[in-house]
Amino acid sequence: MILIGERINGLFRDVAQAIQTKNPEPIQRLALAQIEAGAAYLDINTGPAVADPAAVMPWLVKTVEEVVDTPLCIDAAKLPAIEAGLKAVTKSRPIINSTIAEREQLEKYLAMAKDYGAYLIALTMNRRGVSRDAADRLAMAMEIVVTADEQGFPIQDLFIDPLVLPVNVCQENIVEVLETLRQVRTLADPPPRTVVGLSNVSQGCPHRSLLNRTFASMAMAAGLDAAIADVLDGELRETVAAGRVLLNKEIYSDAFLGSTSRTSPKQTLR
Amino acid sequence: MSFELYRESFPFRISEVEIGASASGNGQQRSLRVGGASTLPFLSFDGAPGHLPVVGMEVWDVVPEPWPVPLENVFGPVASDPVGWARHCVEEWGAEFICLRLRGADPELGDASPEACATLARDVLDATGVPLVVFGCGNDAKDNVVMQKVSESCAGRRCLIGPVTSDNYRTIAAAAMVNGHLVIAQSPVDVNMQKQICVLLNDLGLPQTQIVMDPTTGGLGYGLEYTYSVMERVRLAALQGESSLASPMIVFCGFEAWRAKEAKTGPADGVVQGALWEALTAGTLLQAGADMLVMLHPEATRAVREHIKALAGGEMAI
Repeated sequence: MILIGERINGLFRDVAQAIQTKNPEPIQRLALAQIEAGAAYLDINTGPAVADPAAVMPWLVKTVEEVVDTPLCIDAAKLPAIEAGLKAVTKSRPIINSTIAEREQLEKYLAMAKDYGAYLIALTMNRRGVSRDAADRLAMAMEIVVTADEQGFPIQDLFIDPLVLPVNVCQENIVEVLETLRQVRTLADPPPRTVVGLSNVSQGCPHRSLLNRTFASMAMAAGLDAAIADVLDGELRETVAAGRVLLNKEIYSDAFLGSTSRTSPKQTLR
Repeated sequence: MSFELYRESFPFRISEVEIGASASGNGQQRSLRVGGASTLPFLSFDGAPGHLPVVGMEVWDVVPEPWPVPLENVFGPVASDPVGWARHCVEEWGAEFICLRLRGADPELGDASPEACATLARDVLDATGVPLVVFGCGNDAKDNVVMQKVSESCAGRRCLIGPVTSDNYRTIAAAAMVNGHLVIAQSPVDVNMQKQICVLLNDLGLPQTQIVMDPTTGGLGYGLEYTYSVMERVRLAALQGESSLASPMIVFCGFEAWRAKEAKTGPADGVVQGALWEALTAGTLLQAGADMLVMLHPEATRAVREHIKALAGGEMAI
């Protein structure tokens, strides 16, 4: 499993402030800290407070690419902001985050991902909202896969996000997500990849780090490929490192904690 | 109907390592490059095969005892003069590099001084003009002081020194870093411990391009299949992204093969069985990913070189 650093997001006050004052320093510091911690990708989101995300996104991309070569995950609610971000990317192959499973929107995003040579994250939700159980999520995942296939989009460039909801809001949701992760792999050969917003699981709860890393290890065992997560959380990183060894994704050595955090930036998508 | 061959491709490759460098102002020294492959050995139709494996010969600082008769027959006249022995290996038998085994440094086998070892290594280096591997006696405390001196006397010449293990690596690795050498990272036929020593060396600041791995050779009949499995696993893991295992590998076919009692029988019908034993050990490990082969008998050395040539130049049999 690879980690996508979640921290450059306007939802965080320090990032929102840096965006508002066009101050690159805090953003670049966060970019470097997350890479140092082993992030394979950096998620980039202007946050909800920005009046025109499409105007801000290119600046955010440029600011981050000035200090790191790491590929980016361009995260926005609307297509124009994402496209503006993709246009600004100069270094590595980005991920688009994200589209819902509504056919019309999905087709637009697939076309955009193809145009820009990007990976695409598709959520198992539609206009009616998030489905309750694994069967519903899988049905939507299947629609996504079929649509991508029709459009000639490589299935291994597609990420299915089964949508993790906070455990204090929707407790029964977690096992459904885990079941979805297990079954998504059977939808196609090669299968689509999977991704979750890991920190969502503990939104508004105490002991967030504990909940996050416990869920991370469960999701890894269910076959999760990538997580948008708090890579600055050392215990989460150690859990992932131990999980990679236990799942035989990496050869064991006594220095497995150190070696994983160092090599994980190389565990890029392929 | 056209037939398309399935091609296996890997996303990563083995580091390219250069051994040997000229003293400043002296262009006489040859250097060797090994590694660089992006696929399994000799499968050039699948990916970049990298540099061809290189074949070197072993020279001892003391006359080996007991000395199998077939080896004594060949090396007898030169065995008491390691520099002459090394020159003979290069000039007569085409060794691409020399591996100087410092047996005599062992406190129980002569206890040669670190200074004497250092002078000898330098003399061999200067006399042969080929890259030099210097292999310690196996006594950690002694090897630490010996290798420090050796690395100073051969400073800047990109020698390959060692071995280092996860229990004993700091002194030798530091000496190598300071003086521009490479180190042999050794594990006891164990993929996990092979990774461990490489991670420790990386942590110390030694890059992959200054490491050659020694997975510990088991000769034919004496653990060859274990060595093969570990090497194969190491190579596959490296090609799939285990960056700490992405160094070339060295195997000691001569030394290990002649430990087998079968190697010491003969010669019968003019065939030196020990040379065959070495060559078969080497031929097997070539397929497992050996990049540097250290041989003893000249016949085995010649046979392995020809074998490599045939494997590399052979047409695909499809």
